[in-house]
Amino acid sequence: MLKNRLATLLIWLSVILISAVFVVLVLDLVRHGWAELSLAYLVDAPLDAGRGGGIGPIMVSTGLILALTISVAAPLSLATAVFLTEFSSKNSVFSGIIKRSLDVLASVPSIVFGLFGNAFFCVYLGLGFSILSGGLTLACMVLPILIRTFSEGLRAAPDEYRLAAAALGLNRAAALRHFLLPTATPALIAGLMLAIGRAIAETAALIFTSGYVDRMPDSLMDSGRALSIHIYDLSMNVAGGDSHANSAALILISLLFMINTLSSKLAYHWMHKRITCL
Amino acid sequence: MKSLLIEPDRHPKDHPGQERSYTLGPLQAGPPCCDPQTLLSIKNLSLSYGSTPALKNVSLDIYQGCITALIGPSGCGKTSFLSALNRLTDMIPTCNVSGDIHFHGINIHDPKQDVLNLRRNIGMIFQKPLPFPVSIRRNIELPLREHGIDNPTESDAIVQQVLSDVGLWAEVKDRLNAPAQALSGGQQQRLCIARALALKPQVLLMDEPCSALDPISSAVVEDLIQRLRGRYTIVIVTHNLAQAKRIANYAGFFWVSDRAGCLIEFGQCKQIFESPQHELTAAYVNGSRG
Repeated sequence: MLKNRLATLLIWLSVILISAVFVVLVLDLVRHGWAELSLAYLVDAPLDAGRGGGIGPIMVSTGLILALTISVAAPLSLATAVFLTEFSSKNSVFSGIIKRSLDVLASVPSIVFGLFGNAFFCVYLGLGFSILSGGLTLACMVLPILIRTFSEGLRAAPDEYRLAAAALGLNRAAALRHFLLPTATPALIAGLMLAIGRAIAETAALIFTSGYVDRMPDSLMDSGRALSIHIYDLSMNVAGGDSHANSAALILISLLFMINTLSSKLAYHWMHKRITCL
Repeated sequence: MKSLLIEPDRHPKDHPGQERSYTLGPLQAGPPCCDPQTLLSIKNLSLSYGSTPALKNVSLDIYQGCITALIGPSGCGKTSFLSALNRLTDMIPTCNVSGDIHFHGINIHDPKQDVLNLRRNIGMIFQKPLPFPVSIRRNIELPLREHGIDNPTESDAIVQQVLSDVGLWAEVKDRLNAPAQALSGGQQQRLCIARALALKPQVLLMDEPCSALDPISSAVVEDLIQRLRGRYTIVIVTHNLAQAKRIANYAGFFWVSDRAGCLIEFGQCKQIFESPQHELTAAYVNGSRG
């Protein structure tokens, strides 16, 4: 009995401790950043290196970088995941090499991606400090997450569908299109959201690639400052930028929260649709 | 030339006057099987998973329009045998098949053999009903579309015909767009049979189609199989000896010897059950072994 109570107590303590970290963090951000928040803050251009004004251009740059990252990484990842799960045998050497490299890639620190992106996209390909370089660098960084979640989603689709489809004389592509991809959609959405979450919070990989010009970008070839870089710059390099850094961080956390909620809603919706009908 | 034989009449409208009707009509016995014509001829079929043998030297003929029942204890290679007939064994990377299987006199392992077309002609029904997670209508429409029948009028007509054939039309006609997985087990299995029939196969392989169903659904499916006799060639694996006795024209008895499945005896169903030649068969059908 005593042991049970003790265990319950410990579990509750750890739950409270973990939630407390999050609550304290958000409360702190709200306390210091709430005052600056307004609609104008979201759309105005920053003034005086970010001490005043808003984050309009920064939101636009962040959005562009994210859109670029996902539109490059998602199709590549889906194709790789389909190859790994449907078209290569489990023990093939080639897929083994791919999996191993992805594992390594997943554990590479983001600053290394930043340096690589700078050397390859900015300098070698001559894209310079630009939203394009930043987006492509982030795409390389989220590839392992996307491929992993996509292939796990596909692998979780029942083998029976593959068998039943084959018994009806359907080829693999048809089975994939009609049954396996729809079944895997909740997992695909979850993976996508995970990747977006990782990309939106990324700083180190962007410092050397998309740069930190805080003007409104005219094109993808312009340098653009992402939200996380804005926070980093305000709190590290700009004296008196703390309150605006807190506001920007509050926005970032709200975005992450929204992405999370949206993804679980979408996944649920898809599951529900699958059970009730497609 | 011979390959024309296994090419199904894809577009009935291309051959006016030759349309093959789907509707089976009233229950009637199939053609007499006293003059059997071989449709599938299996010679020395051996099958192994990696280095584990599953089936050794099985030879038998499957006769057109008849129901052939395969009986025997679990793990004696009956399901492997069925999967080898339409090369579903290709899906298992470790599976090795040797020996000859001729369908209409053509070796199905011929490199020129179109596997998808072969499987269209030799359909398979699994033990567990496997409807796709889409609507009832789409379950039948999608395979049709993949095989080139995408005219909605034509496929709607086929959907109605095959669902009527399996006796499901009256039950589902008002909810064709409802999810197939919401149907009962027996209905799901009949939908799977309808889905296979829509492709106008010549042979239906059935792997214990009734064993996951309750007795009433099982009786409905069994009755359906009876009505398919004559129009389709059926190979059915069953653990239900009474069922095999009721429906089959021919029966094959499988047993495990030397840790691999083999065919002990094959013959007319009546003979296998009433005057088995082999003592193992006699023991199995009498219930004293197996």
